[in-house]
Amino acid sequence: MPTTTAVPHPRTGPHGAPRSAQAAVARGRDLLRLATAGSVDDGKSTLVGRLLHDTRSVLADQLAAVERVSAERGLAATDLALLTDGLRAEREQGITIDVAYRYFATDRRAFVLADTPGHVQYTRNMVTGASTAELAVVLLDARKGVLEQTRRHLSVAALLRVPHVVLAVNKMDLVGDDEGVFRAHAAQVDALAAELGLPDVTAIPLSALRGDNVVERSAAMPWYAGPTLLEHLEAVPVERDPRLEPFRFPVQHVVRPQTPEFPDYRGYAGRVESGGVAVGDTVVVQPAGRTTTVVGIDTYDGPLQRAFAPRSVTLRLADEIDVSRGDLLAAADAPATVTQDLVGTVCWVGDTPAAPRRRVLVRTGTRTVRGVLRSLDERLDVTTLVREPSPATLELNAIGRVTLRLAEPVAVDPYAQLRHGGAFLLVDEADGMTLAAGMVGDPLAVRGGAAAGGRA
Amino acid sequence: MSAPTAQDAPTPDAATSGPARREDLEGVALGQLDDLESESVHIFREVVGELERPVLLFSGGKDSIVMLHLAVKAFWPAPVPFPLLHVDTGHNFPEVLAHRDATVERLGLRLLVASVQDAIDAGTVRERPDGTRNPLQTVPLLEAIEAGRFDAVFGGGRRDEEKARAKERVFSLRDEFGQWDPRRQRPELWGLYNGRHRPGEHVRVFPLSNWTEMDVWLYIEREGIDLPAIYYAHEREVFLRDGMWLTPGGWGGPRPGEGLQTRQVRYRTVGDMSCTGAVESGAATVADVIAEVAASRLTERGATRADDRLSEAAMEDRKREGYF
Repeated sequence: MPTTTAVPHPRTGPHGAPRSAQAAVARGRDLLRLATAGSVDDGKSTLVGRLLHDTRSVLADQLAAVERVSAERGLAATDLALLTDGLRAEREQGITIDVAYRYFATDRRAFVLADTPGHVQYTRNMVTGASTAELAVVLLDARKGVLEQTRRHLSVAALLRVPHVVLAVNKMDLVGDDEGVFRAHAAQVDALAAELGLPDVTAIPLSALRGDNVVERSAAMPWYAGPTLLEHLEAVPVERDPRLEPFRFPVQHVVRPQTPEFPDYRGYAGRVESGGVAVGDTVVVQPAGRTTTVVGIDTYDGPLQRAFAPRSVTLRLADEIDVSRGDLLAAADAPATVTQDLVGTVCWVGDTPAAPRRRVLVRTGTRTVRGVLRSLDERLDVTTLVREPSPATLELNAIGRVTLRLAEPVAVDPYAQLRHGGAFLLVDEADGMTLAAGMVGDPLAVRGGAAAGGRA
Repeated sequence: MSAPTAQDAPTPDAATSGPARREDLEGVALGQLDDLESESVHIFREVVGELERPVLLFSGGKDSIVMLHLAVKAFWPAPVPFPLLHVDTGHNFPEVLAHRDATVERLGLRLLVASVQDAIDAGTVRERPDGTRNPLQTVPLLEAIEAGRFDAVFGGGRRDEEKARAKERVFSLRDEFGQWDPRRQRPELWGLYNGRHRPGEHVRVFPLSNWTEMDVWLYIEREGIDLPAIYYAHEREVFLRDGMWLTPGGWGGPRPGEGLQTRQVRYRTVGDMSCTGAVESGAATVADVIAEVAASRLTERGATRADDRLSEAAMEDRKREGYF
């Protein structure tokens, strides 16, 4: 049968079950996306397993399997780290698939946790996990204190502009639950955070093995009056206020039903990536530069007077102007920068290294243009923060500053100001593989920013 | 907008202190289900923008029904701009097939059916001794993808389902044999999905990646989404095999000694009748089901399989792992 019309949506049907509001489930909660960074040695798997277990997010058969394996290995207690054990394919092929996603929820919040392996060679994984995170949990072994990898994890969180960081000082049970040890590590990280321009770092002493200060409060550390990890994750005010950001709306798709019901409808589908938009607002179509007025904000559930990030909507515009996928609708009085010369910081994730004059596809928002790596300007060592000028190449997991020349203009923002507006990908035109995660400008050089409260 | 109206003006507190307080964001910040919905809608639109020939896998089960509901929302007021594909094992619940056909009719969509029975008749797959046809779906699926020259295939998989899925991408590249190669998967950064592929390859796309079973039910409740009646408690003639309540049918049950009984049951998942078990349940409404799902997580805390109902659910979950 041919595709014809979308029919208005019946809310209930013959089998539609009646609604009732009696279930003891929170229906008003919000969503927090977070990432963990740390190696197996820090007890990261145990910590993640503990969070899942103590928030009752583990199914009975999963737990039974973990208990069985623990018993087979002669362990006295169930090893919760096995809950996040790798796939057979990974063990067989000797590889690690970059990020595993875990889900848990409380009455107040639902959590999407990007669980990233934190070994030296896996900068790429941390960058991937941190790119969508509002909060990063960096693990530290209380016996070892700040290591190279701690510095690296904090640097990547700063580079990716993750707004909130939790320093989880783990294995407190192995240092006698000593307050002095915790305070010393926390002070050292505070100094590092100031250097990196991380606006918000909260240190929490815990023992993932015992479950102390993860979900349940510790009896062994009465000197600690702060929140448990979960209490902090539930309470941390991660909502950005989109009313303080400029409006950005990459056009994904032009909606033209051409149906008897909607013969002349023309709308621009996309997601508000930052800021908000209201009917009557003046917007500019970038990179072309024409301005127009928003006359409608449509959704399946009815029209809106205003919409804020990150809501997906369809906008109708006053003028019949040329707008298509790849264009950016932006606040007319606070537009993005239109340029064919892109200077950015990249984390190289491709197997073949970056070299000057390499041709690539550059993806910003919904726009893809051809480009060429004009120069490699700097390599950044995220452990020492030393910058090496004019490297010959950038290989897998390297981070550096590059200059690109583009075949067509793009509309972008400095990543330090708008995460989504300043993010880009470099893609191999031949096989389509992603080569680099890019950030417009030099996010690490910009200390503080609005959220940092003048720490620069 | 950067120039807010008076009504929109941020409180002085929010303007100066960085992160906003939740109460200041009333009517601005998205709740969890709106957040997930907007992400899924974004994914659908990216696929239609970047790829040529998408198709949506539609079984009539709850996840694919929710997925289709999100697709309708993504393109409204235009119709969903791609067809649906169902891999029919020949052992599907009649209630589910009826619901499938009614949904297709109501939305005016095109439905393609790839048949396991046809593949058996053609000799490209062989019936298994245990009678289950779930593993046999792969060949007709890949044949249908190739015949339709589809380059993007939407699936209802969720990452909370099991270990392998926890590491699945939203855009998951498949080679010309439909295989998943972990080493060729791309990092997914900032929601900038990269759907580029070589000729003959295709991309599986999972718009419900970040949804949990509970989220799906809460959304079904909120949106008033119509499901096949077998998801809710009903009286049914069933027999017990391997700890699961199965429905009798032409696929091979009950065997001698597997006595039929009438029980009040519901289905937590819907697949091939030969291996989809019912759970004993009195949950007759969406709210009842939500309470049941929430409660079953509570009892799972102790990890003791204290009651039969729980072990049935666990068994069912393992069955589902085999299916995917």
